[in-house]
Amino acid sequence: MRQQQTQQDDSQIKYILDNKSLTFAEKLINVKSVERVNENINTLSMAGDIAIVSVDLAMAQDSTGPLAIRALNEMGIDKIYDPSKVLLVIDHTFPAADEKVANLHKLIRDFALKHNCMLVEGSISHQHILEYLAAPGMMILGADSHTCQAGSIGSFATGVGSTEIAAVWATGQLWLKVPETIKVKLSGNFHRGVFARDLILHYIGEVGEDGANYKSLEWKYSNDYVKKQFSMDSRACISNASMECGAKISIFPVDEITKKYLEENPRIDQNNNNTTNNTNNNNIQRRIDIQSGNSAQYKEEVEIQLEEIEPQVSGPDNVDKVHSVDELANLEIDQAFIGSSTNGRIEDLEVAARILKGRKVHKNIRCVVTPASVKVYEEAIRRGYVEIYLESGAVFTNATCGACVGTHLGALGEYEICISSSSRNFVGRMGALSSKVYLASPATVASSAIEGRIADPRRYLQSS
Amino acid sequence: MSREGHDREPQLPKSVGITNGKAWIFGDNINTDIIIPFRFKSRTNDPYEMAKYAMYGYDPDFHKKISSGDVIVAGRNFGGGSSREQAPVALKYAGISAVIAESFARIFYRNSFSIGLPALEVPGIKGKVNQGDDLSIDISKFIVQNLRTRETFQCQVVPKFMRDMLMEGGLVEYYKKYKQFPWTHM
Repeated sequence: MRQQQTQQDDSQIKYILDNKSLTFAEKLINVKSVERVNENINTLSMAGDIAIVSVDLAMAQDSTGPLAIRALNEMGIDKIYDPSKVLLVIDHTFPAADEKVANLHKLIRDFALKHNCMLVEGSISHQHILEYLAAPGMMILGADSHTCQAGSIGSFATGVGSTEIAAVWATGQLWLKVPETIKVKLSGNFHRGVFARDLILHYIGEVGEDGANYKSLEWKYSNDYVKKQFSMDSRACISNASMECGAKISIFPVDEITKKYLEENPRIDQNNNNTTNNTNNNNIQRRIDIQSGNSAQYKEEVEIQLEEIEPQVSGPDNVDKVHSVDELANLEIDQAFIGSSTNGRIEDLEVAARILKGRKVHKNIRCVVTPASVKVYEEAIRRGYVEIYLESGAVFTNATCGACVGTHLGALGEYEICISSSSRNFVGRMGALSSKVYLASPATVASSAIEGRIADPRRYLQSS
Repeated sequence: MSREGHDREPQLPKSVGITNGKAWIFGDNINTDIIIPFRFKSRTNDPYEMAKYAMYGYDPDFHKKISSGDVIVAGRNFGGGSSREQAPVALKYAGISAVIAESFARIFYRNSFSIGLPALEVPGIKGKVNQGDDLSIDISKFIVQNLRTRETFQCQVVPKFMRDMLMEGGLVEYYKKYKQFPWTHM
């Protein structure tokens, strides 16, 4: 029997949220379900089921938007279901590096203007969504794999393809399979020089590049002291990088740190672009704090002791090739890159500035610092980090994906080696097929920039 | 999809019924940066142009070496990494008729069905097909046969709406025919 409805009413939502045997993913998909193929109206979707969900935000960027626009045109669809839920972001190669890119940017700009969609230029989509749009309980789909970053704020956020995002633009809906969940409990304290990025690289090294394929990751803390080590920036890094072990979503519980972030960074009213704190506004999705039930069924439960993690370096060629920094120390580099949606936030720029202050980038290498958004860019200027970078000999660029995808502002030539805080180290990711990329935390990258070879950040962070 | 300014219209393999092709063997974790690097895929919106970079990270001349109808046979986690739909599009328009793998990364798998490239999950296929083996694939039945060894493999079955989408050649073709999306009548 088919159950169809435009949205769940309050009593249904309460029934779902109170259910103790559902995971975060199961709860949110049930709340957002517009249709289920179930025997019984009271039957809820569980891991493995397929549901059609209503989508609160559907994003595409400058390298996935053009194919989505093409698909809409070929289907003959000229009407967007709800333009206030459609976001187009020009971020990957911003500002345009050449004529071919410029023409695709133009296509996106014209489409957004014609349909009155949200258009953002010059901030990375995931960071813009975190800073202005995402809220707990939202269903966010993006034609970009790292859309899962918004799990850090409690949104069900995941990547899909261009044609599927076109279908969402046309209907406001898409089918999703309810994922199984892996619960990861965090205990203990990070050592000095060890950060969120080291934790997620460590986890990916343990489970492999497909270790969480199709799955939901739920991060939990063993106590409040552990929780305090995870700022929103750190959570965003982990949720973002969870893609590198295939996770469909990567969720942090909504807590006082989330709420403080939301207060300090008011959400934009998607209809008129004003910031607002009005939680009852329908266009800002109702903020629903969703936590897994006590008797939810997990596919797997693991615990990670933070003090067991050392600074990690991943690569080359695969993200799950993870080493402790000692194993690769002294490997000479040609470039150090601090940036990307994985590690281009103010917390990342702060530690890089702390390490580079009063020191020089090694004469044989380039050091490129790229903030993840305009907001991060402005804050870096305000705090004096940019001066520190320039005095050290580093280059500070506008906010863009840039070097992370080898499209501009720091691409690699033949046989060059780069240590990078960006998302991936795949073959040819940042340029020539013979170039090599190693991934590490911004602290490890900044330390390596000084030495001209992969270096342990702990020797530069003595006083903290 | 229409072509844009090309002298030669490459022949697209059919994605319905039974197709035959030679196998190209790949290992585990063939990611989307290998399938098509960002700097190329982000500078065109033409699928035939994307096809020139199919498997560039493995061999920049791959698109010249394959014949229309050839099949990729890979290990675990084929298509990991980015959400770029240009990855299955590049393979399809280069002439690849299907990708068979031990397992697929989530977004690549969805995208393949969306654009009408059969992505067939066959756990245990590794080691059962050699480079250059002739394969016969029955898309409607999700069955693969190695014509050299005569061994037959059943692919993991997917929901009917996904099969329907694939049989029509993808989401765009499906919508053009039925004026609705396949999941709206699961």
